[in-house]
Amino acid sequence: MNNDEIIQVKDLKKYFKTSLGIVRAVDGISFTIREGETFGLVGESGSGKSTTAFTIMGVYEPTDGEIYFKGSPLPKSVKKRPLSLRKEMQMVFQDPGSSLNPRKRIGQIIELPLRVHRLHVGRERERVKELLEMVGLPVDFINRYPGAIGGGEKQLVAIARALASEPSFIALDEPTSALDVSMQAKIINTLLRIQKELNLTYLFITHNLSLMRNVASRVGIMYLGKMFEVAETSEFFHKPLHPYTKMLLSAIPVITEEEEKIKPKRVISRGEIPSPVNVPSGCYFHPRCIDCMEICKKEDPPMVEVSTGHFVKCHLYT
Amino acid sequence: MSENLLEVKDLYVNYKIYEGILKVLNGVNLTVKKKEKVGLIGESGCGKTTTMKAIMRILPDNALIPNGNIFYKGRDILKMSDDEIQKIRRENISMIFQDPTAALNPVLTVGAQLMDVIKYSTDEELTKREIRELAIKALKDVALPDPERILKNYPIMLSGGMRQRICIAMALISAKELLIADEPGTNLDVTIQDQILRLIGRLVEERGISVILISHALGAVKGLVDKVYVMYAGDIVEMAPTEKLFSDPIHPYTQALFKTVPKLTGGGIPEAIKGRIPDYINPPKGCRFAPRCIHAMPICMKEKPPLKNIEGEREVACFLYE
Amino acid sequence: MRIPIEKFITPDRKDSIKRTWYKFSSNPLSIIGLISVLIVTLSAIFAPVLAPYPESWGRWVDFSQACQPPSWKHPFGTDIYGRDILSRIMFGFRYDLLMAICILAMVVPTGTFLGLIAGYYRGTWIDTVIMRITDIFLAIPSIVLALAICALLKPSLFNSMMAVSLLWWPWYSRLAYSIASSLRNEYFVLAAELIGAHPLYIIFSEILPNCLAPIFTKMTLDVGWVILIGATLSFVGLGAQEPTPALGTMVSVGAKYMPDYWWMTIFPALAIAFTILGFNLLGDGIRDALAIEEI
Repeated sequence: MNNDEIIQVKDLKKYFKTSLGIVRAVDGISFTIREGETFGLVGESGSGKSTTAFTIMGVYEPTDGEIYFKGSPLPKSVKKRPLSLRKEMQMVFQDPGSSLNPRKRIGQIIELPLRVHRLHVGRERERVKELLEMVGLPVDFINRYPGAIGGGEKQLVAIARALASEPSFIALDEPTSALDVSMQAKIINTLLRIQKELNLTYLFITHNLSLMRNVASRVGIMYLGKMFEVAETSEFFHKPLHPYTKMLLSAIPVITEEEEKIKPKRVISRGEIPSPVNVPSGCYFHPRCIDCMEICKKEDPPMVEVSTGHFVKCHLYT
Repeated sequence: MSENLLEVKDLYVNYKIYEGILKVLNGVNLTVKKKEKVGLIGESGCGKTTTMKAIMRILPDNALIPNGNIFYKGRDILKMSDDEIQKIRRENISMIFQDPTAALNPVLTVGAQLMDVIKYSTDEELTKREIRELAIKALKDVALPDPERILKNYPIMLSGGMRQRICIAMALISAKELLIADEPGTNLDVTIQDQILRLIGRLVEERGISVILISHALGAVKGLVDKVYVMYAGDIVEMAPTEKLFSDPIHPYTQALFKTVPKLTGGGIPEAIKGRIPDYINPPKGCRFAPRCIHAMPICMKEKPPLKNIEGEREVACFLYE
Repeated sequence: MRIPIEKFITPDRKDSIKRTWYKFSSNPLSIIGLISVLIVTLSAIFAPVLAPYPESWGRWVDFSQACQPPSWKHPFGTDIYGRDILSRIMFGFRYDLLMAICILAMVVPTGTFLGLIAGYYRGTWIDTVIMRITDIFLAIPSIVLALAICALLKPSLFNSMMAVSLLWWPWYSRLAYSIASSLRNEYFVLAAELIGAHPLYIIFSEILPNCLAPIFTKMTLDVGWVILIGATLSFVGLGAQEPTPALGTMVSVGAKYMPDYWWMTIFPALAIAFTILGFNLLGDGIRDALAIEEI
């Protein structure tokens, strides 16, 4: 493991017992996130990307596997992690509406981490104003209630709150999915700016591949709990290897001709994602895969490194 | 001209709230012809949903319409009686909302809700069996597998994509002439959203219905509609046939908006448009986009640019093109 | 010592108060409710001063005035002892309101506290224990238990209050539980946990404020219920005894003289109805006023 790897996930598994059966939300994935980079996690709904983030943050306890933060293994549940560790890892959620307590003022919301971790004691209000400025919000928001501000601004408040504990790692679960393009641009700009200023590491989850292209330095694609491909961003988009990656990339709606040209040949998405309680045998993708071979129906392919930093989990490459 | 199915003319809508009066719609002009597919794009809060709700006459109690007309097949919807507008909602125009979960009654089965809509969608007396068969057919039309089972299910048992399809099925029963789709599939996954939008496109084509499609997903809209309206802060700022709008936007707002869309080709972070949407209680005099516009001229701050016809099929509201 | 009120009523708080009033007053019925409640409360507090015949509240007789129908001198008539019914009603408000306040003061904090904790720890043994106890108490019919307790001990206002309290708290527990357990999974609670906030902080500072609106609304509605239950107990002879001018007792005592001396029962009954209606309307208004605004 390198010194600059801030997060290391080894063979992570998270299964849920439900009345319909066992849901293998995360089914044995491994990846690392380097300090200061933005690692993107992409996939359809049900792929396990949010569960992965929640498990890393300790909201869920892993069924199996290890997670390392700055070299040391993480206690599985967030409740067992010391405060000094909790301050280092923060999260921004998908729904800005429910991320903020509607009965609290924005100032109180952002102040909470300062009070819990005893930061800037005695000048909390000043610090809250600084944080609001850092995310580009007007300082007089401090006394407003979340109901009085728009969705994009709520998300900026959520980001300011995440920054308040001065973390080194932030997990962002679809932070702009509920917002329109211009608000999205503002938030992404803000995130990337503060990442540079504060040397933050991001785990960025989105299903918007065009957005991912411009945000992440490395991308991993998940399907039904498995990680199918991990690569540097430009490799991922220009030379996708896994059939599933190609399928998703070919379906991206774009508005300019030049973008249309770099997409892989259109692969019509066949069928829907199988139910997670009833996963296919062998490679989970085989029923929908146009390149399906006999072996794909029987064995789950291993993850191999095809070129430096480019990993694929597919029988076409073993 | 006489083929205009729907014509929104100079529509103004205000909302009364604690802080004062929100002057949201500022003279909206929109037309939809028979069998025409129209897209409506714009940021959140620009008034798209308000316009649609005005058309369906489902604005909340604190909404006021100081001025404007909405002509449907020549008759002004705003002047119709409650009975007349009810009839139109049952038989001619229908709407698909953004959140399918909120649009379905959680305590009734899908079958009960669907059959209810069918029963009231026509003046004919239908037997229970006929209604049930129509319900099954409606579900099959939206590509839902195993319709008999779904009729017995409650909405909560189904996935988001399936709920949205049910809403579409319900809307299509009543929308014999015009379907309004307000951000369908936005809350869902991108591949499901893709399927839903394709489904809507296919169905309106097959049935020859007009559609107004509101969506953030610019790329998806592009593949489905004939012409696109761009809205900003309660004004229609540009309208053009789809191809032309995306390849050559002429209004500064549209140009700035397209710049914020992340490109698959990479090239870095999209730039956000500077400034914020205006305060509707004290909106700017003149062009509402002027405070944020890089090409703003003195006249833009004083007068509101009218929506003008250019090159026959394009319209734009901007003094750069006077 | 000069209390720095200005620091407390910041411009934002003032704005919040104005805004809340705006939401409250948008429904004229709420204003009617508020006025009714004010009438009842002020009558209760200032009864000795406001009542035309203050001596009527207790043991006092004036047979020359007995059984008078409503007149200018006695707007609600007099009872068999010659006591002015209007005055007795005003004093009666005292007892009924006092009963309601005492019961709610005991019941609301306990029930809410238990419900919040059970809701936050939903799915664990804490939840099971608390909610099953709640269920047990809910299963007991209140009147029956009240009868039993009052039969064992001396029938009195105090004892009937105790009986009702024991059975009232589960409703608040349930209400707080349902709200807390649904809020438990909201992102803002999760965010607070990830930040490292203590569970007690989360329960009382994040979740509780979101429960207050339904709880306050229920409280105002419950004032009506408590008065009604008190009246029922008095009616069967278990609540406040003569000469206490509790409204229910007055209805019960006066009922014997129906229909000849109808005013002895009807006016106290109307007073009960007026109070309950007033609190109900006020409750609706409070619910509207505390509703969260979204733009």
